[in-house]
Parts: sequence; C-alpha cells; structure tokens
Amino acid sequence: MNMSTGGLSVDKIHVWRGDRHVLQGVSTQISRGELLHVSGPNGAGKTTLLRVISGLLRPEQGLVTWLGRSIIQHRADYQAALAYAAHEPALKGDLTALENLHFSVGLKRRCKPQELRGALERTGVAACADLPARVLSAGQRRRVSLARVVAMQASVWLLDEPYANLDAAGSELVSELLQAHVAAGGLGLVVAHRDLALTCHVRRLELNS
Amino acid sequence: MTVGAWEAFWLIVEREMRLSFRRPEQLLQPLVFFLIVTTLFPLGLSLQLSQLRDVAPGVLWVAALLSSLLSLDSLFKSDADDGTLEQLVLSGQGLTIIVVAKTVAHWLVTGLALVLVSPIVGTALGIPTSAFATMLLSLALGTLTLSWLGAIGAGLTIGLRRGNVLLSLIVLPLATPLLIFGAAATERAISGTSTAGALYFLAALCVLTCTLAPFAAAAALRITLE
Repeated sequence: MNMSTGGLSVDKIHVWRGDRHVLQGVSTQISRGELLHVSGPNGAGKTTLLRVISGLLRPEQGLVTWLGRSIIQHRADYQAALAYAAHEPALKGDLTALENLHFSVGLKRRCKPQELRGALERTGVAACADLPARVLSAGQRRRVSLARVVAMQASVWLLDEPYANLDAAGSELVSELLQAHVAAGGLGLVVAHRDLALTCHVRRLELNS
Repeated sequence: MTVGAWEAFWLIVEREMRLSFRRPEQLLQPLVFFLIVTTLFPLGLSLQLSQLRDVAPGVLWVAALLSSLLSLDSLFKSDADDGTLEQLVLSGQGLTIIVVAKTVAHWLVTGLALVLVSPIVGTALGIPTSAFATMLLSLALGTLTLSWLGAIGAGLTIGLRRGNVLLSLIVLPLATPLLIFGAAATERAISGTSTAGALYFLAALCVLTCTLAPFAAAAALRITLE
C-alpha cells in the first residue's frame, strides 16, 4: 500500500491533443483535508488535467486512483464521491435554478427540495430559486453551480475557475466553502489564476505550456 | 443514500419532458413538418382518390421518417452545448441508463406524438379507417426503432459542428428497411391482405435496436466526449 490510499493520486499522466503533447507526465497527490491549486498560463492543460481527474477524458498514459483504486475501473463509486464544476455553469436555461439542482443532484443522492433551497441560500442565490436559469446573470449562475457542488455532499471537489464572474463577496464565499469542505475532511482540486487566500492546507501545482 | 438506476431513469425522463414542454416550438416542429409534407403531396400530384390510396403509404412513411430525423439532432446536442451532458455523465449513473432515458423521452415527445396525429394524415391521404390499427402500430414500431438508431448517430456526431448532415447520412441507410416494411404493412392493410409478415419484421428490428442500440450509443457518447 502506498501513501495514495487515503485520497486521490495522479500518476504520470500523458495526454496528446493531435500533435500537441498537452500533459507531459503530470504526477500529483491530494490527500483528505487538502486542496490542490492548479495554475499556469492559458493553454497549459489545466482544464485537460481536471477532465482527466474527473474521468471524462482518458489519458493516453498514466493512472488516476481514488482510495487506491483506478477511477476508470471503479467509475460508479468514484463518481458518487465526486462533484465537478466545469468552467461553464452547466445549467439548463429553461429550467429554474431549483429544478437544475433537483435534476443533477437527484441523480447522485436522494435529497429534499428544502436541502437544495438551503444550498442555494448558502451561496446567496435563494431569491433566484424559482427563476429560469436563462434570466440569471453570469455571477448568479456561477453561484447556482456552486450550490450544486455543495448540495452533492461529495468528498472530492473538482472546480474549474470557481472565482470567475464573481464579485468580492462571491470570492469570499468560494474561499469559505473550500475551507469548510477541507475542514470536514474533503479534498479538492481548484483551477484558478488568482492566488487562493486560504487558511487551510493548499498545495500548488504549476503547469507550463 | 445512492439513487437506483430505475429512479435515475424516471428522473431523466421527467427532466426531458419538462424541457420539451418549456419549448413547445421545438416540440411542434417535426409534427408541423409531417403535416405539411403529407398535405402538399396530394396537392402537387392532383390525383384521383384511388390513385392517392396507392401512393399514400409511401408518402406517409417518407414524411414520418424525415420528420423524425429532423428532431434527432437535438437528442444530445443541447446538453452537450451547455455542459449539462458532462454533469449527467459524471452523475454516477451508468451512461447506458442515461441514453435509454433520454431516447425514450425523445420518442415520447416526437415519435409517439407523430403516431397520434397520423390518423388525421391518414384520413387526408384517403387511407381507410380499417387500416388505421396497422398504420398506428407500424408507425409506433418504426419511429421507436428510428429513435434508437438516431441515438447512436447523435452520440457519434455531437462533437461536430455540422453534425446533423452526417447524422442523416449515418441513420438513413439503416432506416431504409423501416421504410420498406412500414410502407408494405400499411399498403397491405389498405388492400386487406395479411400484414403479419411486415409487422413481425418491424417488431424484430425494434427489439434488435432496443437491446443493442443503448450500448452502442453509450459507447459512442463516451468516445465523442473525450
């Protein structure tokens, strides 16, 4: 047994996009109660790394393991413990914020509407719960997608630019959520350009193009 | 508490239905197309009723296939565009369940709707009411089969910008048997001869696609999402 059994371990990931060798042997580890902050210039492969770790993209070479088991072979278990927020908020414009949460969180775990409303309240968009997502501002949509991450009660958070489109209070909120998540024994990977001003344990991974 | 596959299936069907009914114009587009084509045909040919009866099964089936094809493109595309497809894929539910739920929901709002308006079209084309039962059954089997075939095609083409052209190219050759047996069943029902052979063939195709297409479509989706 190696050190990685308690968390997420990424071992020598290689990804090619056409002729481009985007990820050249990236290895890292995230243990419980720890955050990994991935940064780097545009096009360095941050989102690609996130997609590999989420299991959406299969690397040409290398292995991602969760609790010591390959995430490809134990896909369902891993996904049940995973909350992924891509750069776009991934909301259906024709559904209300609450319905959006209901139909995506509902596939992961059984939850009551009050819980979902609670999550929307936590991210400061309780007033938008019954509005169609298409009328929300970019910042509000980001907050709804954060509410989805919160409501999933997952132990692994993979967030792509969670600070995008948010005001000062919103950024503060993201930091609070991340700290609370880590304090509760969760682990996370955050792709962000800015520095994370967090009090919890944050490791940094700098990708170069 | 994890969510079972059956529960997930109903949740996705409910989601798809709600989305469709929030966009009635998208729901009506294939139906209107179906009605227009079948109305224009007799006008353009200016036939006698007896002659119209001869071409009616063919017209009905071509219009039904083309109008179903129109709506297939949207099966996974809109979810892929706004990123919700990734959320579905990472939901912890099997991709096959997701594909089955989405395809069934798609058939309910397009295929079944088309079957339900077909008596109007049948009457306009001079198909006798005695042939309606066969017509409805054959259309139901045919559109369901086409939805399954379309799921494979849509799964393969979501990553492409002009995917709908390729989708038609992939699906149409596979759909030709449906046209042949579907039109034959309707024709035989009109002339009063046995329809069993053609209907059995349609049913066999439907069962074949129901059982195999979900896996093929799920595999196609997994590849195109990478």
